[in-house]
Amino acid sequence: MADKMALAKAINESLRRALESDPKVLIMGEDVGKLGGVFRVTDGLQKDFGESRVIDTPLAESGIVGTAIGLALRGYRPVVEIQFDGFVFPAYDQIVTQLAKMHARSLGKVKLPVVVRIPYGGGIGAVEHHSESPEALFAHVAGLKIVSPSNASDAYWMMQQAIQSDDPVIFFEPKRRYWDKGEVNAEAIPGPLHKAQVVREGTDLTLAAYGPMVKLCQEVADAAAEEGKNLEVLDLRSVSPLDFDSIQASVEKTRRLVVVHEAPVFFGSGAEIAARITERCFYHLEAPVLRVGGYHAPYPPARLEEEYLPNLDRVLDAVDRSLAY
Amino acid sequence: MTVESTAARTPRRSAGSKAGTTGTKRTRTTAKKDAGTEPQLVQLLTPEGKRVKNAEYDKYVAGITPEELRGLYRDMVLTRRFDAEATSLQRQGELGLWASLLGQEAAQIGSGRATREDDYVFPTYREHGVAWCRGVDPANLLGMFRGVNNGGWDPNSNNFQLYTIVIGSQTLHATGYAMGVAKDGADSAVIAYFGDGASSQGDVAESFTFSAVYNAPVVFFCQNNQWAISEPTEKQSRVPIYQRAQGFGFPGVRVDGNDVLGVLAVTRWALERARGGEGPTLVEAFTYRMGAHTTSDDPTRYRGDEERQAWEAKDPILRLRRYLEASNHADEGFFQELEAESEALGKRVREAVRAMPDPDHFAIFENAYADGHTLVDEERAQFAAYQASFADEGGN
Repeated sequence: MADKMALAKAINESLRRALESDPKVLIMGEDVGKLGGVFRVTDGLQKDFGESRVIDTPLAESGIVGTAIGLALRGYRPVVEIQFDGFVFPAYDQIVTQLAKMHARSLGKVKLPVVVRIPYGGGIGAVEHHSESPEALFAHVAGLKIVSPSNASDAYWMMQQAIQSDDPVIFFEPKRRYWDKGEVNAEAIPGPLHKAQVVREGTDLTLAAYGPMVKLCQEVADAAAEEGKNLEVLDLRSVSPLDFDSIQASVEKTRRLVVVHEAPVFFGSGAEIAARITERCFYHLEAPVLRVGGYHAPYPPARLEEEYLPNLDRVLDAVDRSLAY
Repeated sequence: MTVESTAARTPRRSAGSKAGTTGTKRTRTTAKKDAGTEPQLVQLLTPEGKRVKNAEYDKYVAGITPEELRGLYRDMVLTRRFDAEATSLQRQGELGLWASLLGQEAAQIGSGRATREDDYVFPTYREHGVAWCRGVDPANLLGMFRGVNNGGWDPNSNNFQLYTIVIGSQTLHATGYAMGVAKDGADSAVIAYFGDGASSQGDVAESFTFSAVYNAPVVFFCQNNQWAISEPTEKQSRVPIYQRAQGFGFPGVRVDGNDVLGVLAVTRWALERARGGEGPTLVEAFTYRMGAHTTSDDPTRYRGDEERQAWEAKDPILRLRRYLEASNHADEGFFQELEAESEALGKRVREAVRAMPDPDHFAIFENAYADGHTLVDEERAQFAAYQASFADEGGN
């Protein structure tokens, strides 16, 4: 039953399935209705499920998340779309002070099954505020779960699992991978939402990444293989919680770790991984955990983004530095 | 009538007057508040306790019985007594903080008693009187102020959400909830409380937008108590707050917030509109915070005694008492019994607060997530090991 489809289409199919199977699921956001979203991720859903299930909202991000909280309190399961990564900040207050904390505040009496979809990351030549990777800003907040699929199959299944979760989930969609096709088996039984996956076995070094950087790391491993280096690639899939057990298992085997993400390295998720893996694997490591990511600078204009973003050479350089210890 | 056209009239407050008259070239930093834009208040009971006729709103309290009137009086007296007890408890070190409702009893009891059991209330952090009307045990309101929890009651037991401290956030939750009520085809209504300061928040404006666009059955109940900590309403708005609704396409009305009968009538009207599918309404209850913003605040730094004294003459409890006495709806026995009940409530609350146990240490980790989180599990285990290390040493 496996179909080959683009990552964006896989999310679309997943949302369709969720709308069909649970009348409490709602889709909300700017332009998600007739237009089908600016990336067409919600294409055709309003036509088939109506305006009361797939809701075009006013242009107001705090309002989108704030009303989704109210709908969740009423028993609905809203999936809201933030049009682009850099536009989430007007909603950041509602996400951090309300969405993340209401379950704890109510001593568990209230559940908030809200999914916030955020197309994120660069590489598409966009203008300012359309290419950011703010996942660490959310991962720092207890009460939120943060995931990011790297391929069509995960996009399909992780969205199903995010919607079924009773916790709020920030669902970061790697927009530069929206058009990448992959097999999606709608009959498969998916693994746990927050478990990392080894997508390439290796022995010399572990490359850990999530979302848009997984594909890059696979390309890095291919290139390194030509030089006789056998790299393992780990798709973390979830940023909060992070699957440290899987990273530890891989590092105990390869003894070297390079973490790759698009977000700035400074205070990024790579820093957390490096710290905890150093603590867990101190006697296994042959080299310090290295990180490759964006700079501590505003996301640059499109003509400079290839310099800013991790690329094949920058990751290979980090691999060489690690292996040189 | 525009603000400009009335600039020559007398400002209501001297602060506004000073800011408004410092030179002609400077842009005013504070909009003038003046008698010209002072709207008619809906009022059914004057400060002297006289019942005045109101063609539009009388019908919403037409059938009210003497017993119900005594009930409103009892609610206000007990709420004030509870509030005074909480303030004392804070002064005695039993509470970390208290946000007093003194002076706002009529706004809260009038609106709270207008709600139906299946309506849903989204409060800020000062709605102790509304909580009372919803049947929340007053002692439960004190847990968060004592620091033993961040909530203290099950919001779904009384359809009364937990207190929200971030200003204005709950108006969006109320709007979303109301959108859900409409989707469910239910005929209940939702009421969101907020203050004059909150009316400046983007979330409140966005909740007006969303509720209007989706015709959500929500009543926005603004208690304009004149002060957002030290900032007067003039620092929040150049027009009376109730008039904001017009720009969003739904009605707004200003009611005398110290007139419990007027508030009851106006809120009933607004809730009925919501239930009847007519969408949102903004009610501005024009009232006054007699005390400090919270027990950490010092109102003597920013407002004078005259203002408070002027509002004391409009006291919501006194005015209903005058009416009850003049109309022979209550005798001396009623007031004496209530006094005794009031003292008993104070005592009960005091004892309940002192008996509140500190939460278990592991409560830090409880309910961070509904489905669990491996990092929380890991840190809980570390914390347990740390705690256990004291036991090993025979200490603690």
